[in-house]
Amino acid sequence: MADEPLVDWEWVFEHLDDLWAATYQHLQLTIIAVLVGLVISAVVSLLIYRDRRFYGPLVGVAGFLYTIPSLALFALLVPITGLSILTAEIALVSYTLLILIRNIMAGLDGVPREMREAADGMGYTTWQRLARIEFPLALPVIVAGLRIATVTIIGLVTVAGLIGQGGLGALMIRGFSRNFPTQIYLGAFLTVVLALLADAALLLLQRALTPWNRSGAR
Amino acid sequence: MELLSETLAWLMDPGHWQGSNGIPLRLLQHIYLSTASLLAGLAVALPLGLAIGHTRRFETIVVAVANLGRAVPSLALLLIFLPFVGIGDPLIIIALTLLSIPPILVNTAVGIREVDAELVEAGRGMGMSELGLIRRVEVPVALPVILAGMRVAAVQVVATATLGAVVAGGGLGRYLIDGFALQDQARLIVGAVLVALLAIVTERTFASLEGRLVSPGITGRHVTPAELAPPSAQPMFL
Repeated sequence: MADEPLVDWEWVFEHLDDLWAATYQHLQLTIIAVLVGLVISAVVSLLIYRDRRFYGPLVGVAGFLYTIPSLALFALLVPITGLSILTAEIALVSYTLLILIRNIMAGLDGVPREMREAADGMGYTTWQRLARIEFPLALPVIVAGLRIATVTIIGLVTVAGLIGQGGLGALMIRGFSRNFPTQIYLGAFLTVVLALLADAALLLLQRALTPWNRSGAR
Repeated sequence: MELLSETLAWLMDPGHWQGSNGIPLRLLQHIYLSTASLLAGLAVALPLGLAIGHTRRFETIVVAVANLGRAVPSLALLLIFLPFVGIGDPLIIIALTLLSIPPILVNTAVGIREVDAELVEAGRGMGMSELGLIRRVEVPVALPVILAGMRVAAVQVVATATLGAVVAGGGLGRYLIDGFALQDQARLIVGAVLVALLAIVTERTFASLEGRLVSPGITGRHVTPAELAPPSAQPMFL
């Protein structure tokens, strides 16, 4: 292997279609996981918002799921849901929950008390206050959580390649089993690029959603 | 139910408790790989984090390492050094060490930097040396954040040591990778439960360490993670 170049560019140019397909599959698995995770986290956060006592137990459950290594979670699900996309997505979604719930709640808690009192004074109901005042002000922290969750999931999707779900992880594993470093490096490179692009895209989204923050944005 | 009895039968088989593929040896391999990597990661990241946090220089390194640490997938870390190192424990330990560095480095640097400047000034006024300031003022105050970084690193290392089996490594991941390959569900479940338990025990151990090592004067102050780390403002692992 030492005599061969680490990346066989000829192979790369002949397989651009395959590389694009793997990247697209990777992105698809990521988007499904993050969107489903966001919906579940939003519902859970609303529950916590209504009653603080839920915070400890629900974040505890999310933390427990987050601690279980991805490959172990896949293995526990395989007897139930098989080597399927469902297995991959259940596990991936479960990793987004801790990050998203914690950031949604941190964002809402970070809203200055005066703002809340001003809203109350203007006669907002609790839900109006949440929708019009607290949620918009919490957006930067919520999107920050979304960025962390997305980048984390893009990394974890590579592991789903081990249970036959394709993506860039499968590409790397093929490279390993065929002793062909080009596929390993292309897979690793494209995963990092995907993570950086997704992160940048979400940052732009946050800027667009919070125009009042633009001058002081950190 | 059939699966449950199969799993229990697998677990009860004395053959699975001895020899080169037995549970005790696999568990020890897993702990060995994780501990060696975490110690190596600490040896690199802790001094570097202390120096960056104290001097407040080269802070861009911290941001870069934090971002890279999140963006580079652990499976890629395990595979990219393969052409140079070949299959074996060193390959896995290199990958796990690199994996453990970002949380320790980032939390140490940020934790030290965020120590109240007045405390540091007071120490300086009392004639403490720079090393004395780090050892007796900054580290004790930043300890909860530093230990949280170590906890995140340890859990990640234990979790990713499982993936070492992909590159023909030992450890508990063997049961998972072989279980997938052989379609042996009993083996899969035993492996998964053991790996999950080890990760949770690791997490709990480091969490209790935080409770024991941090000075009561510091823990007495109630600080929520949100207060410590507005995620938009500073990179930190909690």
